[in-house]
Amino acid sequence: MTTSLSTREIAGQISERLPDAVIDAADAAILVNSNSLLDVGAFLKNTPGLDFDYLTTITAVDYYQYFEVIYQFVSIEHNHSLVIKTRCQGRDNLTLPSLVGLWRSADHQEREIYDLMGITFEGHPNMKRIVLWSDFQGHPQRKDFM
Amino acid sequence: MEVSRARDYVYSDTELDQSESKVIEELKAGATEPFVDPDAWLDEELSQNILLTTADWLINWGRRSSLWPVICFPACCAFEFISVMGPRFDMSRFGMEILRASPRQADVLITAGTLTWKMAPNVKRIYNQMAEPKWVIAMGACGISGGIFRSSYNVVPGYNHIIPVDVYVPGCPPRPEALLHGIQMLQEKIAKRTNIIKE
Ligand code: SF4
Repeated sequence: MTTSLSTREIAGQISERLPDAVIDAADAAILVNSNSLLDVGAFLKNTPGLDFDYLTTITAVDYYQYFEVIYQFVSIEHNHSLVIKTRCQGRDNLTLPSLVGLWRSADHQEREIYDLMGITFEGHPNMKRIVLWSDFQGHPQRKDFM
Repeated sequence: MEVSRARDYVYSDTELDQSESKVIEELKAGATEPFVDPDAWLDEELSQNILLTTADWLINWGRRSSLWPVICFPACCAFEFISVMGPRFDMSRFGMEILRASPRQADVLITAGTLTWKMAPNVKRIYNQMAEPKWVIAMGACGISGGIFRSSYNVVPGYNHIIPVDVYVPGCPPRPEALLHGIQMLQEKIAKRTNIIKE
């Protein structure tokens, strides 16, 4: 079975390399600063022993004050997994860095989050709606969508 | 004493009897042979095989007995439709055994599922490609009104918003028997059509 790595241990490793990146690692996931997301991603992918070569899922949650985006990584080589979260505050002009450059599987999932939650992923090569049509008004998975 | 006659005849009884007798004799003289049957030229085999009916009835019979559905399976109602097609409920008993992948060869569109607005233009295009005469059966709550998804941002609140519907079959999903009943109702509807209009 896939082992989930200890968040505290990995958070410590990240903090050694990227001192400002980790905000919290108490839960089953590591909460990282959205500005450091790309660096954290590169670290997880390229560090020997971690080798997270597979981004399985990206999801987003609307908490009213902020949106939380959750990334689930797996290393096929070592058969271990890790969950990373990041937040964007407010409700308008939300942006996060895109992870398409590191993992191709981010492509459709980031477009889906843009379509349904309205978070723009900067650096995505094709940032447009994936399910709804382009003239659709609003982002229907937001809690205030009517 | 002379007895007065109860009635004065305009003409004598004898004359009346004679003229009646003459008519009868003349008719009898001319009626030696029976009339020839106007259909006698048809031999017996043929006369037993000719059925007189109206052109409307014949056209409607042909149409209602070979309804071919086009594939339109956007959601879960499709599974009930598939079981209606299968051997257990066997829609082919009603002349509908062929499910067409091409709308150009189909007569009836059975809306087996929830329709999203993203999909709606394609269903309308399929309907437009079907040759006249054509009919639509709205199957299931979603087909009729959008069902439980009616208030969703992306669901068409009933197929009748984009195409005309002839028969509504309620249920979520309708039982196969209900769909068969709906098909028979459509056949009754077709049987009442007037196809030939006199000038
Ligand atoms: S009516 Fe019910 S069974 Fe049919 S498509 Fe809608 S939800 Fe599914």
